[in-house]
Amino acid sequence: MSFLAVTYLVEDPPGNPWFSWRYVRDNAGQIEEALREHVGLTVSAVVIAAAIALPLAVLAHRVRWLSGPILALSGVLYTIPSLALFAFLAPFMGVSASTVRVGLVLYALLVIVRNALTGLRQVSSDALDAAHGMGYGSLGRLLRIELPLALPSIVTGLRLATVSTVALTTVGVVAGHGGLGQLILGGFRNNYYKAEIFTGAVLCVALALVLDLLLAGAGRLATPWSRRR
Amino acid sequence: MSAIHDAYIWLNDPLNWTNPGGILDQLRTHLRLSALAVGAACLVAWPVGIGLGHRGRGGGLVVVVSNISLAVPTLALLTILPLTFLGFGDAAVVLAIAVFAVPPLLANAYTGVREVDPEVRDAARGMGLSGWQVLTRVELPLAVPYLAAGFRTAAVQSVATVTLAALIGAGGLGAFVTEGFGRQDMGEVLAGGLLTALLCLLVEAVLAAAQRLATPRALRTRRRWAPRPHVRSLSLMDVPETGQAAD
Repeated sequence: MSFLAVTYLVEDPPGNPWFSWRYVRDNAGQIEEALREHVGLTVSAVVIAAAIALPLAVLAHRVRWLSGPILALSGVLYTIPSLALFAFLAPFMGVSASTVRVGLVLYALLVIVRNALTGLRQVSSDALDAAHGMGYGSLGRLLRIELPLALPSIVTGLRLATVSTVALTTVGVVAGHGGLGQLILGGFRNNYYKAEIFTGAVLCVALALVLDLLLAGAGRLATPWSRRR
Repeated sequence: MSAIHDAYIWLNDPLNWTNPGGILDQLRTHLRLSALAVGAACLVAWPVGIGLGHRGRGGGLVVVVSNISLAVPTLALLTILPLTFLGFGDAAVVLAIAVFAVPPLLANAYTGVREVDPEVRDAARGMGLSGWQVLTRVELPLAVPYLAAGFRTAAVQSVATVTLAALIGAGGLGAFVTEGFGRQDMGEVLAGGLLTALLCLLVEAVLAAAQRLATPRALRTRRRWAPRPHVRSLSLMDVPETGQAAD
């Protein structure tokens, strides 16, 4: 009997393990492609969002009455689920990677604007007075005083936006461009292939952590003054 | 645009509302899953958050939980949990959604109790209240606005994330979006997106009103730009030294 049991184990290794090197090896190409798409979507979305969000935050900071509507709009947009947002975009933009990217940009935009605005508002009035007294004009004050002092908050916003965009990108699977989400849902639909699901999920979390660490490091380098104390 | 027209026609078909698996059915599923998830999350997060806040420790734990949850895709939990001992069915979906509802509840409960003015706490102690009495008669009543804010965030977020349950075939209003994408029926996609978004905005509006009612009048007129307590993890990430909460 024991002999039988052993053969059974040897011939039929646990059919559907959570992790399998064999799966990774055999599907390296597909995994790499999914990872590449995921990184591409995330990075481009955050970069585009930052390029729009920072000027928007400065504008909202300067033109007082604009910040109310901008924050309210961002609040409403943030309430709408990602799947619904993709559903609004897809009929007009087609089912494509750029549809997913636009959706991601919109969400990242909100986080970055909110944090940048918080940072700009927290610049102490003493610092602003001092800058004024030293003869800074409004542009110089913005570039030399306000933005550097708001930088830690801006970096926090970028980190939050990046980490949540990595997670959100998986939802792009509904439009066929979810990066690692393709593996996660693909595995689920492929007869609950655990190894595929798990590989996608682990890579996703790892990617979020790596990008977060990179941004945190860059933030530290950019604000040497905040390290001491 | 024809998609808008198609969506209009789709929404105007009474059968799409009343059929088995129609809008009303899926709405019921959606609300049931959301409610169960928020309830389960409250059962865990509130006692823990309040306990930690009362003792004044564990702030680090709250931050870590909140940060980790941000990095985990909902889709990953939704696909992984049904394949564990939980099995297919509501339990796995509810747990997956509940996991993401915990951080805002936990953070707000912790902050709410923590933020109670130390002088008030001292006064209560001086009046001879025990630790438990301080908690139930002083700290908890003062923390109610925070608890309400956390509940609102968690609930709105859960209603939004339950949409993704449709990707694994668990129903909810997201089903029309995934079904529409599957059939290349952009009218249905748009209609499904519209229904989902409306539900979320409605829940947000109702809970915002409830939060207002739960907040004592004197505390309602906060400074307009004070960071709202429920802005998820904004004030919780390892805050830069300039002091996010300089208020």
